[in-house]
Amino acid sequence: MKCQRCHENEATIHYTQVINSEKTEVHLCEQCAEQEGYMNFNEDHFSIHQMLTNMFPFDQTMNHQQKVQTQESLRCDRCGTTYQEFRQRGKFGCSKCYQAFESYLDPIFKRVHGGNTNHVGKIPKRIGGNLHKQRELDQLQGKLNQLVRDEAFEEAAQVRDQIRKLKEEINQDKGGEA
Amino acid sequence: MTLQNFINDALSPWLNTEGIDNDIVLSSRIRLARNFEQVPFPTSGDTAAMEKVLQFIDQEFNQQTFQDFKQFQLVKMSDLKPIEKRGLVEKHLISPNLAENEQTGAVLISKNEQASVMVNEEDHLRIQLYFPGFELTKALEKAEQLDDWFENRTRYAFDEKRGYLTSCPTNVGTGLRASVMMHLPALSMTNQMNNLIPEINKLGLVVRGIYGEGSEALGQLYQVSNQMTLGKSEEDIVEDLKSVVKQVIESERRAREWIMEQLGIQLEDRIFRSYGILANSRVIQSKEAAKCLSDVRLGIDMGMIKNVPKTILNELMVLTQPAFLQQYAKKQLAPNERDVFRANLIRERLQLEH
Ligand SMILES: [Zn+2]
Ligand SMILES: [Zn+2]
Repeated sequence: MKCQRCHENEATIHYTQVINSEKTEVHLCEQCAEQEGYMNFNEDHFSIHQMLTNMFPFDQTMNHQQKVQTQESLRCDRCGTTYQEFRQRGKFGCSKCYQAFESYLDPIFKRVHGGNTNHVGKIPKRIGGNLHKQRELDQLQGKLNQLVRDEAFEEAAQVRDQIRKLKEEINQDKGGEA
Repeated sequence: MTLQNFINDALSPWLNTEGIDNDIVLSSRIRLARNFEQVPFPTSGDTAAMEKVLQFIDQEFNQQTFQDFKQFQLVKMSDLKPIEKRGLVEKHLISPNLAENEQTGAVLISKNEQASVMVNEEDHLRIQLYFPGFELTKALEKAEQLDDWFENRTRYAFDEKRGYLTSCPTNVGTGLRASVMMHLPALSMTNQMNNLIPEINKLGLVVRGIYGEGSEALGQLYQVSNQMTLGKSEEDIVEDLKSVVKQVIESERRAREWIMEQLGIQLEDRIFRSYGILANSRVIQSKEAAKCLSDVRLGIDMGMIKNVPKTILNELMVLTQPAFLQQYAKKQLAPNERDVFRANLIRERLQLEH
């Protein structure tokens, strides 16, 4: 693709700009980007097109009919973004898009995040009361297995008590919500 | 305005403080991408939603004080002249993308300019923190606290399986981008970058020349950052990045020793010629200025050049970009006029040290 400013060099800087809710894609060569003051280490807007072709590997394996069906039927009912738009721009329109396109997301995330599909990091305090406990439970289970393998039965018994207590708490929380 | 006052105004105060391993790592940055629950992302183009977000941030966080970051000031894109926006971009406080969102884009900037929170960029919030030198762990810790400060007054879009939901699939999960800015002149001089970059890529990290792409980085400045944001904890992401950066630091140190041994007086000659160009030229393009600044910085780190501060490289790489040159000149400059002003500014800056 040629640079849209000088129409001579190959465009290497790509990003989308939003002005009055009109989205425009900008494609510049390095020199023009520097002239415009856009040279910056803004990792999210570099080589978006290259990223997109890497992101949607499975599309090539879909036949034409499947593609047409996908285009017509999949749409986020909150923001109206269609799967087709998501595929073209590589951006979700809202958090509900994640549910709408759920069945297509695993291969995308795997490709971008080294095979991972599930979050294991920080949890917001307000949202994750039970989730924090669930994480702790998973950790304790792992610890228990290790202790049993090491035949450290006394410690294992203590951990088992902790697990029982935590499970009760989780069940109580669930009951409270219902 | 005197040059000193102009510089003090134009540079973020934290740039002048020294940090760990700062002969090679100039700065560390943590960025967290966050969105509010129930509100369409800025990528949806829903202007009413973005206006609401902006109003909310204005009410809740403008002029508020958080820890030692002191007061946050909300700066709206709609209130800025193009040259002012460009200045913020050149200081890395906002992205070019945010500068384009003239209607609803804004940024909360802490008094010392160490923390900036972009509002209505690609995500509702982009929390950014800078530390001088190699300080990723501390930067992450502070960024998490700042994140909690926002979380206490709102609800983030979060999914138990996918984590923090972001408009781009490349940020989902932790929303964390950790990066360091490295000065790697000896690895570049010994042609090792071309081999090193693919090796680092294999470890799931991204390397890019800061003012250019690939191995031809202006000023031999490289940014190394994590690519994956999903399936790893924040701490692991930062630890993995740190261990690679440590190895790059070691390689650069070895390469510096090697060129010193091999080149000796030739290296000293190159460094002092570059100093001579910066101290005397009347017309200088950004590419040549960057090369010479990199040489001079290496000369300072290797003890050859005294009485010039280390921060000269980062400082002048920022100050000699178009927006600052034009602010300094107080008028619009054509590219060839910029080269004259750039040469003037650099000469005057070096004279301040004598
Ligand atoms: Zn061009
Ligand atoms: Zn949606």
